[in-house]
Amino acid sequence: MGVLELRDVTLELGDRRVLNGLSIDFWEGHIHALIGPNGAGKSTLAGAIMGLPEYRHLTGEILLDGEPIQDQPVDERARRGITLAWQEPARFEGLRVDRFILAGAREKSRATVERVLGRVGLDPDKYAARAVDKTLSGGERKRVELASILAMEPRVVLMDEPDSGIDVEALTRIFDALADFKQRGATVIMITHSQEVLRHAEHAFLLCDGRIIDKGSVDRIDDYFGESCLSCDHTNDPTLSELVGVTE
Amino acid sequence: MSAPTREQIATARELLASLGEFGGHVKDDDVAHLEVHGNEVVGAHLVPGLRMDVEELDDGIEAWVRLERGARIAKPVHMCFGMLPEKGLQHIVMHVEAEEGSFASVQAHCTFPNATEITHKMDADIVIGPGATYEYFERHLHGADGGVIVVPKTRVRVHEGGRFKTEFELIKGMAGEIDFDYEVDCDAHSTLDMIARIIGRGRDRIRINETGHLNGEGATAVLQSHLALRDDAVAEIYNTLTASAPHARGHVDCKEVVQDNAVAKAVPVVEVSHPLAHVTHEAAIGSVDSKQLQTLMSRGLDEDAATDLIIEGLLG
Repeated sequence: MGVLELRDVTLELGDRRVLNGLSIDFWEGHIHALIGPNGAGKSTLAGAIMGLPEYRHLTGEILLDGEPIQDQPVDERARRGITLAWQEPARFEGLRVDRFILAGAREKSRATVERVLGRVGLDPDKYAARAVDKTLSGGERKRVELASILAMEPRVVLMDEPDSGIDVEALTRIFDALADFKQRGATVIMITHSQEVLRHAEHAFLLCDGRIIDKGSVDRIDDYFGESCLSCDHTNDPTLSELVGVTE
Repeated sequence: MSAPTREQIATARELLASLGEFGGHVKDDDVAHLEVHGNEVVGAHLVPGLRMDVEELDDGIEAWVRLERGARIAKPVHMCFGMLPEKGLQHIVMHVEAEEGSFASVQAHCTFPNATEITHKMDADIVIGPGATYEYFERHLHGADGGVIVVPKTRVRVHEGGRFKTEFELIKGMAGEIDFDYEVDCDAHSTLDMIARIIGRGRDRIRINETGHLNGEGATAVLQSHLALRDDAVAEIYNTLTASAPHARGHVDCKEVVQDNAVAKAVPVVEVSHPLAHVTHEAAIGSVDSKQLQTLMSRGLDEDAATDLIIEGLLG
């Protein structure tokens, strides 16, 4: 049994079924990757697990430690240890970096701010008093967001496209943070369509058209994604695929 | 100004105590300060380069403040205006002259902790001399029930190379009724910053009228109004910036967050009458941004705490 389980999760937005009977176990303390083409439903799935309002009207079950959470709001799921690193983090006009980090921190102290900013490669003396607004680059905001998640010490971290819009330095720091989460026993679920990100996972799910069409070792999913998905001429229509290893 | 009596000292202490963390400045000899309770000066201290004459009126005071030519007042000047009773009128008439090359930063606190029916009027004329800088930060601390009508009217002239900066903040307590009216004329190469940060609650009524005239070459101005309204509060914001000289530059920024049944209206007016002048404006009124809200809630904050933190940033 995983720490987080999905049981036959289906979600329709308008007349489109974006999540299609998903059943997944995410194992505790593992780094998982959800990979798939654009439009496969990856970010929607992350939002549904987090409980974002636009994705709350799903059917099926989402279980944390075996208990259903699909009726709980975002903040309650967060207090139970689930959090989300957004593909494009929000900007907060005037809100200081240290206030943002401490908002959800388990230990609310200056030492926490210094520790987590240092962990993502940002000098606390230069960044703690800055605002989380447009004066920070996309990569800096992504690192500040990651710092806030490190301070929160969550049990399940959803990372939506962690490599999106950032430079090599920022990406390196994000991969460093993965090691931190792993060391603390947290479960990480990375949403990606990048093979580079995929290779930092321990276990992978291949998503297409809102369905899991394969799961298993990173190497195998990586090979299939590279050979078949990147050149696919019928994206998000997996019924046309000659799948190499459908396990569900 | 004569030395205060024992009763006046006691009143000053009570007034300052109502400021909480903001009332500890009067202990330092190198900090100029003035405390006015109703129409009575209950405390005052001056420093070299700063002159102040105060006359007590029937319903307030009239003060003449002069920064001497070239004087640089190192530490902020503290002014505290307020009334401890529940009802009354306090009318402050202020004449300020910052002579050429002078500098001072004034921290004014207005406190009405027990107000149920108080009117606080301020009529000020301020002249900033060439190359002088005068900063005026006004923080209002009201009780939980409103009951205060705040009516500040100020006219300012900023001479060449001068700088005027004003910040008006009302974040703690209920505003009551605010009718804020500032008009500033800016000469060549002068700088104007006008900032208002207000939280409106209950049945607060807030009207802000900020006007800047960039009359001189190279004059610059920023008018910024950030408000958060909830309950049944109503706000109207009129920001007007005119530019009639070459290379005058200005920006108007009005942001209002509206919750519950609150109503906000923003009217930015920009008028440019010289082809080499440039003025921009932005106005945004709406509820709390949902992505900001969801981000903070995904860190475990409930909706109210997340909203408060977003507004704290906006008004911070």
